[in-house]
Amino acid sequence: MAEYGTLRVKTGLAEMLKGGVIMDVVDAPQARIAEEAGACAVMALERVPADIRRDGGVARMSDPQRIREIQEAVSIPVMAKCRIGHFAEAQILEALEVDYIDESEVLTPASLSHHVDKWQFTVPFVCGATNLGEALRRISEGAAMIRTKGEAGTGDIVNAETHMRAVFGAIRELKTARDDELYSAAKEHQAPYELVRWVAENGRLPVVTFTAGGIATPADASLCMQLGADGIFVGSGIFKSGRDPVIEHEGWVEDVSRRARAIVEATTHFEDAKVLAEVSTGLGQPMVGISASSLPDEERLEVRGW
Amino acid sequence: MAGSDEAYPAATPDLHFASMQEALRIGVLALQGAFREHARSLSRLGAEVVEVRKPEDLDGLDGLVVPGGESTTIMQLAELYGLDDAMRHFEGAVFGTCAGMIVLDREHLGLADLEVDRNAYGRQVWSFEADVDLAGDDLPLHGVFIRAPRIRELGAGVEIIGELHGDPVLVREGRLLLATFHPELTDDLRVHAYFLDLARKRKAERKLAMTTTGGVDVGA
Repeated sequence: MAEYGTLRVKTGLAEMLKGGVIMDVVDAPQARIAEEAGACAVMALERVPADIRRDGGVARMSDPQRIREIQEAVSIPVMAKCRIGHFAEAQILEALEVDYIDESEVLTPASLSHHVDKWQFTVPFVCGATNLGEALRRISEGAAMIRTKGEAGTGDIVNAETHMRAVFGAIRELKTARDDELYSAAKEHQAPYELVRWVAENGRLPVVTFTAGGIATPADASLCMQLGADGIFVGSGIFKSGRDPVIEHEGWVEDVSRRARAIVEATTHFEDAKVLAEVSTGLGQPMVGISASSLPDEERLEVRGW
Repeated sequence: MAGSDEAYPAATPDLHFASMQEALRIGVLALQGAFREHARSLSRLGAEVVEVRKPEDLDGLDGLVVPGGESTTIMQLAELYGLDDAMRHFEGAVFGTCAGMIVLDREHLGLADLEVDRNAYGRQVWSFEADVDLAGDDLPLHGVFIRAPRIRELGAGVEIIGELHGDPVLVREGRLLLATFHPELTDDLRVHAYFLDLARKRKAERKLAMTTTGGVDVGA
């Protein structure tokens, strides 16, 4: 008797992605560039975060046509984003047999209070978190993988760093807490006591934890890995770098491929500064970016989700 | 939650004992994938575990595990630093799981005499758990199959150890052990104990070869 969609099968795929880079792509050609550069998975979305930020409007799930084209173009896992709380988009993505759904704050939220009940699905979910409580709430809703949030589409690593320290720092605190202090810790983190206790006993989240948002260079990837991430999501940092694709398309492909590969290498050899120096050399123009601290509150994506 | 696995029996005591006679140095290829889980299973059986990221990390190892992950990613990272060639010349026991088995097959490193279809059961929604029948063991082994490959063709020297509905899912070829599923994701240590026994036998063979050839390691 084969069992499908079990928690172990869901978290298991995330285990296989560890130490790897998951790249945002909008179409099949970008997906091929990502796979050739060594991405362990791709994330299909309608527009990369930097463009969502620039163009404004409502950001939604990708057109299924695009997702199918990406699935046909590559053999690595294909993930896709749905809006927070938009369980109908999630059902469509499951029907398309994407390998993972990212219930993502980068898209415009469809609910102001309810995330998707992820236990209802066979396909696994990854969700964002800015702190331990948020991560555990997502896990209690059935998320099989967590990514700490940064400020997507900025190319600024500062918020990713802040939230990783918040999540991993809170875990270190729980590890040293007395058993009788865990009840009040659960209250403070607004998270189920059983999960808080699991984290205290094991010293980590019960699911694989990647980091995302603002990663633009190999050094950014290494910083995140050294702070304790299991792997990296890169969004705009790759396909918004390099020469202008409209003026010089060939040169752009070369630039983004080199940067993508450099970030993959940096994620594997994150502790080897000599390798990092080598792969950081001559990468061309990184994405220009926006300083996250200059963003007005209403433009911050990381505060979406609760 | 994930990782807690009390429903599954521990390895049988005599296997435990066999694996703990002498500490073996086992490398786990740590380019990308589930290397941490393999390291945990091997450590629990008393092996000394080393993470392998560059060719020189293979020196002095009795065995090497090539874990699950993405085979395209693992192959590319291996080629960058010549780890692919170093692995071809590695003479200890080798254990490949899922993507790791693909890395070792005819089409890639060419160490294992197998042809393998990638993602043969379908995408992630078709990933599953099921009991594997083991040769010479009445107790089935619980297997976790994640976007698993399927062995299409195996060479004459390949022995089938585990089957799922008649398909070979755990096989041995000399010093190589290959699984289409993930024994590192459960607490049943039988497969890892089996691999450590292979590594120990291989170590003894190499030692013997060294003495009979006057110090030249002849390998396989």
